[in-house]
Amino acid sequence: MFLIATGIARGAVFALFALSLVLIWRATRIINFAQGAMALVATYVAFAVTGATGSYAVGLAVGILAGGLIGWVVERGVMRFAPQSSHLTGVLAAIGLVMVLQSLLGIFFGAQYRAMAAPFDRSAIVIAGVPTLSVNDLFTIGITLVVMFALAVVFARTSLGLQLRASAFAPDVSRLLGVRVTRMVTIGWILASAVAALAAILLVPTELGLNPHATDMLFVYAFAVAVIGGLDSPGGALFGGLIVGVAMSLLTGYLGATVAPIGVLVLLVLVLLLRPAGVFSTRKERSA
Amino acid sequence: MTRFLPALRGHARIVALGAALTILAIGATFLLDPYRNFQFATIAAYFAVTAGLTLLVGQSGQLSLGHAALMATGGYGYALTANALAAAGLTGLARFLPAFAVAVVAAGALGLLLGLAAARLHGPYLAGITLALVVAVPAVATTFKALGGDQGLPSPYQGVPGALQTLIAAEQWHAWVAILTAGAVVTWLAILRGGPFGLRMRAVRDDETAARLNGVPAGRVKVSAFTVSAVAAGAGGAVLCFITQSVSPGAYTLSFSLLLVVAAVLGGLGSIGGAAIGSFLVVMLPWLITTATSQLPLSADMTQRLTGNLPVLIFGALLTVTILVRPSGIVGLIPRFPQGPREGLRSALRSPSTE
Repeated sequence: MFLIATGIARGAVFALFALSLVLIWRATRIINFAQGAMALVATYVAFAVTGATGSYAVGLAVGILAGGLIGWVVERGVMRFAPQSSHLTGVLAAIGLVMVLQSLLGIFFGAQYRAMAAPFDRSAIVIAGVPTLSVNDLFTIGITLVVMFALAVVFARTSLGLQLRASAFAPDVSRLLGVRVTRMVTIGWILASAVAALAAILLVPTELGLNPHATDMLFVYAFAVAVIGGLDSPGGALFGGLIVGVAMSLLTGYLGATVAPIGVLVLLVLVLLLRPAGVFSTRKERSA
Repeated sequence: MTRFLPALRGHARIVALGAALTILAIGATFLLDPYRNFQFATIAAYFAVTAGLTLLVGQSGQLSLGHAALMATGGYGYALTANALAAAGLTGLARFLPAFAVAVVAAGALGLLLGLAAARLHGPYLAGITLALVVAVPAVATTFKALGGDQGLPSPYQGVPGALQTLIAAEQWHAWVAILTAGAVVTWLAILRGGPFGLRMRAVRDDETAARLNGVPAGRVKVSAFTVSAVAAGAGGAVLCFITQSVSPGAYTLSFSLLLVVAAVLGGLGSIGGAAIGSFLVVMLPWLITTATSQLPLSADMTQRLTGNLPVLIFGALLTVTILVRPSGIVGLIPRFPQGPREGLRSALRSPSTE
């Protein structure tokens, strides 16, 4: 029961991060392999600001802003120049970016793990003798649901959301109708990077700590989540996140933490072989 | 190439060229000191892997971020078999060849499995699943006790055979084995690339639907490409295990896997000469940087941070810039010789309307 509860909290973070992958995928048909490293830079910023001001809230806010800023810089500075002709280009450019960002973090902050404090109590609340979620887990789940709901409202109910969706689905027609498609792509990247930064800032305190490779696994998990849910579907991201979170939590609890990466791999292979379209995808085939 | 060997055509020319370059490389080992020969052997092992990777990415259009995992499979396959044979009292070629064969078969089998999944996937999905594979390597090594956990496995030391003992040092002998293996693997890859299989791969890469309509079994071509590439990676992993006398999960990290991708891209995707240049760079540049930073008056902590990260920084920046500005890589910078009839035929096929 306790494992399922913590699994749900971690799954919420995975879902949030996967959602950021889905956002960029829907806007540009690129899976941003640099998302983890970009979110990690924002987490280091949040860590430094929290350390300097002593306030978690200020650190969180600045971290999310930094995440958005990084998204803007990466889209304007790098990804815009990736030719659309081949899907390889975007992936390879992002891989180069991962190496650059991680090595810069390594040079400036060193390779050691830095403990990052969680904002709330991490000990589980015991209900009727059964340990369940901690206050921190509740905070994580709450903030995830709020952000997801806010994004859903933005996409479904606002003019900006309509323009974002239009430029993702039919860029040429949208451009003819006066939508600034390139600006929409940039906004998509900023939104996605900010969401990813939030996910990383929420997750890192519950893991080993801050390290230049701290988000490698988060990216792999989130990728698995996005694949299970289908990259076109934000709802699938939430569902997939909960599945992966609970599955990994159970695996870690019963078989040990080292088995978790093998579990993800098996899960990925199974889903891709048995249901290649993803559980929630609307597209027939996963063509890039 | 035509101007050097005008009389030879097709496979014979590739084999002759491969043999000539291999002999040249073996000759070059006499000019190098033992440490250089060790580096040379490493470059040769990487070359076999990178050539396979560049074939996979550049020719068949499938991106693998997990080639380090395939190398690790080869390395563990070699170490396990060689240790078992050493316990049975075998040495020399009788130990190396079976161990090498097991390594290649194991890596090929894993590559086949991956390829089967890959044939149903496109671009980023394939990259993601290979990424998950390489991240799982340490987990596999620690979960299965036979693989020796974080420490990895030692593999038996193989000295210089009797007849050559007075002539060359162990490092030079290891370099010979690495060069011979790389030569054989890369020649095989070059033959595949130049033949009908290469043509099918390029057809599938450029337009899968059109390839299918023309009777090319796209799925089978993709799976074969992945298997071939995995065999090359397994051979490289086995040789690396042979020259370092160990295999451990720490050597086959995600960073190393990305470095292999960098080697393939920097040299020029799809080009075997480019793979050679790329392998040379990923071995020599980190070493150069380590040497340079040790000369600078820096604190021990700073030196340690720089030696680990500066090469990655440079390679990452080079990778992004190369792929965005000059996707043909370093090979694309070299002006090409006027080509023989093959190239003429190819350009004629490309633009039939100019007749």
